[in-house]
Amino acid sequence: MQPLLSEECWNTLYMVGWSTLIAIVGGLPLGLLLVLTDRGGLLQNVVANKVVGQVVNIARSMPFIILMVALMTFTRWVTGTTIGREAAIVPLAIGAIPFFARLVETAVREVDGGLVEAVQAMGGNTWTVVRKVLVPEALPSLISSATTTVVALIGYSAMAGTVGAGGLGDLAIRYGYQRFETELMWIIVAILAVVISAIQFAGDHAARTLDRRGGHSGPAPRLRLLKSRRPAAADVGEAA
Amino acid sequence: MITTTGLTKVYRSRGREVTALDGVDLHVREGEVYGVIGQSGAGKSSLIRCVNLLERPTSGTVTVAGQDLTALVGRGSRAGRELRRARTRIGMVFQHFNLLSSRTVQENVELPLDILGLTRRERGRKALQLLDLVGLSDKAGSYPAQLSGGQKQRVGIARALAGDPKVLLSDEATSALDPETTRSILQLLRDLNRQLGLTVLLITHEMDVVKTVCDSAALMDKGRIVESGTVSELLATPGSELASALFPVSGTASGDDRTVIDVTFHGESATQPVISQLSRTYNIDISILGAAMDTVGGRQVGRMRIELPGRYEENVVPIGFLREQGLQIEIQGQQPELVEEGAAK
Repeated sequence: MQPLLSEECWNTLYMVGWSTLIAIVGGLPLGLLLVLTDRGGLLQNVVANKVVGQVVNIARSMPFIILMVALMTFTRWVTGTTIGREAAIVPLAIGAIPFFARLVETAVREVDGGLVEAVQAMGGNTWTVVRKVLVPEALPSLISSATTTVVALIGYSAMAGTVGAGGLGDLAIRYGYQRFETELMWIIVAILAVVISAIQFAGDHAARTLDRRGGHSGPAPRLRLLKSRRPAAADVGEAA
Repeated sequence: MITTTGLTKVYRSRGREVTALDGVDLHVREGEVYGVIGQSGAGKSSLIRCVNLLERPTSGTVTVAGQDLTALVGRGSRAGRELRRARTRIGMVFQHFNLLSSRTVQENVELPLDILGLTRRERGRKALQLLDLVGLSDKAGSYPAQLSGGQKQRVGIARALAGDPKVLLSDEATSALDPETTRSILQLLRDLNRQLGLTVLLITHEMDVVKTVCDSAALMDKGRIVESGTVSELLATPGSELASALFPVSGTASGDDRTVIDVTFHGESATQPVISQLSRTYNIDISILGAAMDTVGGRQVGRMRIELPGRYEENVVPIGFLREQGLQIEIQGQQPELVEEGAAK
């Protein structure tokens, strides 16, 4: 049992690791795009924003198991197979991209619009704003978002067993639940709990270390959108 | 140095229109500190944001250092290369400092230098020079969260000066600071204005700020400039709201047979001790009821409310003497006559 456990543990980490990486690479730009193209954003484009938003919503509303089946053709095209670890990474990553993108969107919206304005005033372009302000200032929140994504992916990866990808979740279902090895099931659940706690702890620690905002100094962060959005009369009054 | 003509900004939202700027003509001369004062909602913020085109004016032009910035605005909402280049030569400081919390003080000052394309070495050297200039060279490695408000604003100023700008825009730079820190920041702006020949356009809602540092001022209300001019020009304008706010005098007559007059000193004439001359020449006792005086460039500027014995009819000659000295006189309790005078002009 021991070698089986460690092998499946490795499988889980392999699948989750790769899909997290892909989710970050894909979700970060997508999330930034959602903020930038929004009304009042630096790349304001209401149509593009609506389209991207809808695609993200649809992708997020798909139950993972259905997404996995729906993507089979694509998966085969990418990996050459529809079964095994590699094949599971494709739907895992694609399911996680919109999830992470929404979290990125929330994190980036929290960045003070004044900082964006300051960089614009010193002659920076949109790319400078993204690179020097939005990403670094949102970094602690982005790390928390990535942590949440990893934890969600570990959950999804249990279902990857249906395509023969293995992993701890799959082991728990097949041996623990279907073969009534309750003891093994609980061991796996305990292992998962430890793994998830460790990931959460590491993520929280990294986010806290990188957060230089210092909590109590300076004015309360203003929840303004990117470019100052203030056509309303009350807002003009406040800003002037 | 900064000229706006017919600057208009209209915000539209959900079918409602709000006119923030309504045909603003502003002229800031090179090397002066120019204050725009007004209440919240008067349009000051929109005005200063239109100067570096952070806000697109609905109509009108903005010229900074001879360059028509409004002509650089391309299509769409993004700033083109030309406009971005122009912005690197206009510094800006903000009410809430807007420092990046993820960067150290030095890295914050280096950011505009990075945008300008300087090498790491040059950036470091220049940033330390600038921090030295604002008196914060020992804080280079700190993060903004570790600084006090005044220190943060000094970093903001150092950052604004990184591109060697000719013009500095100050958007309520001292409004989030306590009175003492406000004074030290204003002093710094004054010093920079003198040392570097920096033209400063500042907006504020505090009359004290205008009084402390400004050579010229404008009063804004409902998106329009109501009054503007140098401090002595404003003082020379009868009924100027800015002048009376800058130099408030109060006090009422101690009896019926007294004449109360407001004497305005606006620079040119006030080199001689006129009040004691008046007293000696006509052998009258003068009480000073209130005064708000300041010395600007070695000249006395301000207003004084004095009381002369006897009714107005008895004081025509001494008042004439004061007028001859080039002082501006307003007789209190003689409003009808003043109105007539104003109408006659």
